[in-house]
Amino acid sequence: MEIKSFRKKITFLRRKTTNVVMLSVSFFAAFVTIVPLIFIFYYTISKGITHLNLNFFIKLPKPVGETGGGMVNAIMGTFILILIGGGIGIPVGILSGTYLAEFGHNKFGATVRFFADVLSGIPSIVVGVVAYTLVVIPMKHFSALAGGIALAILMIPIVTRTTEEMINLVPHSFREAGLALGIPKWKIILMIVLKTAWKGIATGVLLGVSRAAGETAPLLFTALGNRFWSTSFFQPIASLSVYIYEYASAPYKDWNDQAWTAALVLILLISLLSLIFRIITRSKYKKS
Amino acid sequence: MSKSNEIIKNYFERDKNKKPFKLIYNLFGNKNLGDLVFEKLTLLFAIFVFILVILMGWEMYSHSTLSIKKFGFGFLTSSTWDPVSQVFGALPVIYGTIVSSLLSLIIAVPLGIAVAVFLAELAPNWLEKPLSFLTELLAGIPSVIYGLWGIFVLVPWVRDVVEPYLQNEFPNSPFFQGAPYGFGMLAAAIILSIMVLPIISSISRDVLKSVPYSQREAAFALGATKWEVTKIVLGNAKSGLFGAIMLGLGRAIGETMAVTMVIGNRPQISASLLDPSYTMASVIANEFTEANSDLYLNALIELALVLFVITIIINILARLLVWSTERKWK
Repeated sequence: MEIKSFRKKITFLRRKTTNVVMLSVSFFAAFVTIVPLIFIFYYTISKGITHLNLNFFIKLPKPVGETGGGMVNAIMGTFILILIGGGIGIPVGILSGTYLAEFGHNKFGATVRFFADVLSGIPSIVVGVVAYTLVVIPMKHFSALAGGIALAILMIPIVTRTTEEMINLVPHSFREAGLALGIPKWKIILMIVLKTAWKGIATGVLLGVSRAAGETAPLLFTALGNRFWSTSFFQPIASLSVYIYEYASAPYKDWNDQAWTAALVLILLISLLSLIFRIITRSKYKKS
Repeated sequence: MSKSNEIIKNYFERDKNKKPFKLIYNLFGNKNLGDLVFEKLTLLFAIFVFILVILMGWEMYSHSTLSIKKFGFGFLTSSTWDPVSQVFGALPVIYGTIVSSLLSLIIAVPLGIAVAVFLAELAPNWLEKPLSFLTELLAGIPSVIYGLWGIFVLVPWVRDVVEPYLQNEFPNSPFFQGAPYGFGMLAAAIILSIMVLPIISSISRDVLKSVPYSQREAAFALGATKWEVTKIVLGNAKSGLFGAIMLGLGRAIGETMAVTMVIGNRPQISASLLDPSYTMASVIANEFTEANSDLYLNALIELALVLFVITIIINILARLLVWSTERKWK
């Protein structure tokens, strides 16, 4: 009897200890993941801020050997690439997402949904190769347009799937209310459903845009890069992310420092975009 | 007037299911024209998404015919990648891709699932929200910034601390031979594991959360401790967790910039994790603009095609697994 109760106590203790140990391990793991994040932010801010000055935003890059200069062309280039990518990717994403949510409850809809998921898993470098064969080879030279199209392909699945999810969140009674008033379905979707889901869709668009803004791999051989000021869609164009890659791999200390600054500016730019989006969506929401 | 209308209506009613009439009936019979235009318009864009994926595969196939014809299946099994003599075999880079991804999973999977357990089972609400936000932030950092950090922070640390330590601890292990450069397989695996971790942890968290609470209550009622309950939940969500890992693998295989910047870029097969290596994605990133012959370019595009096919297969498997768990509890 004594032995039995002793054994029970041991088992109980063992279970208790395993419980505490395993739970602390998972607690610990959660904080280990935060460590690289802190490190990356710390280095980007502390190293980036040393070269951050007005020149960076208004001057062109200097040739090797001369210090100073800025990346105004790359900042402009990143904006233009986002503009082209968003201009193609956002409408396609929102409309195909609308189809999936409103009309896509059939086999074809399921197939498209599946393909959108597949598309979001395709590596960005492969998208770059496709943009090269689709745009650069027929045009015979690198261009901002090719880079923008690559970014658009990356944005489409993100925007499509968020749009669909957000439209699905709109209660069915909203549509029924419209139908009861005799409004045609397309007007209901455009003016009631999409208007209600607008805020969520904007979040999806923002996700797509910020992913596109940081992409490097698909730009390497589509937009290529440009050391001079260019805003033409049909010429090679510079971008912050490609500059970071080139300047980080270069053997010049000054370039390496500028790469950190470019990284800081890129992160700030992405945060700024998300801030602007938030302000826009908030004011829109209040008006309606 | 009303009589003729009725006749026409009856005519359409009677024949609306016959093929040629069905179209006319749909166009003018019961549907608003605006509805029809709108539906077809959105359908057009949905078809576009569908076609895009097929077009991508076709474009890459048709632009890599030179290399497919010349090397055939041997492209995947030959281990010489020599642009100077125009011989292209992808085995070293396929090896580099697989090893770097699997190594990164060895680090990221236990951590990622532990984080998911913490977020889904243990963390109070006020802690879960900011922690989830932080892991998502980790996923949102551009890959080139990981690479920059890798070159200037991670690689020196790996070179000066990790690699000498490993060589001291395991002097005879074939995995830690050679001079510690820093740039190499080990650095690539570490940086990949940081990048893959948020994906694994956030999808695993969703999978764990989809297991109904009644499962946990039943286990608690039998006197299980929190960890024993968690084990049951993990068992129930097994295939979904496996799917999350596969999605992480898909990301690791296709990851380009960060890996290119720290892996050392040398097409060789070496057991040592300290040696430089090369992945499919980084070969394309590095050599695409340097390709000086059509065959070279075709070989690189064929690599992209192989990468495309592999990631599609992995993603399909992963989605099916995640989907099957989430469906099970609906």
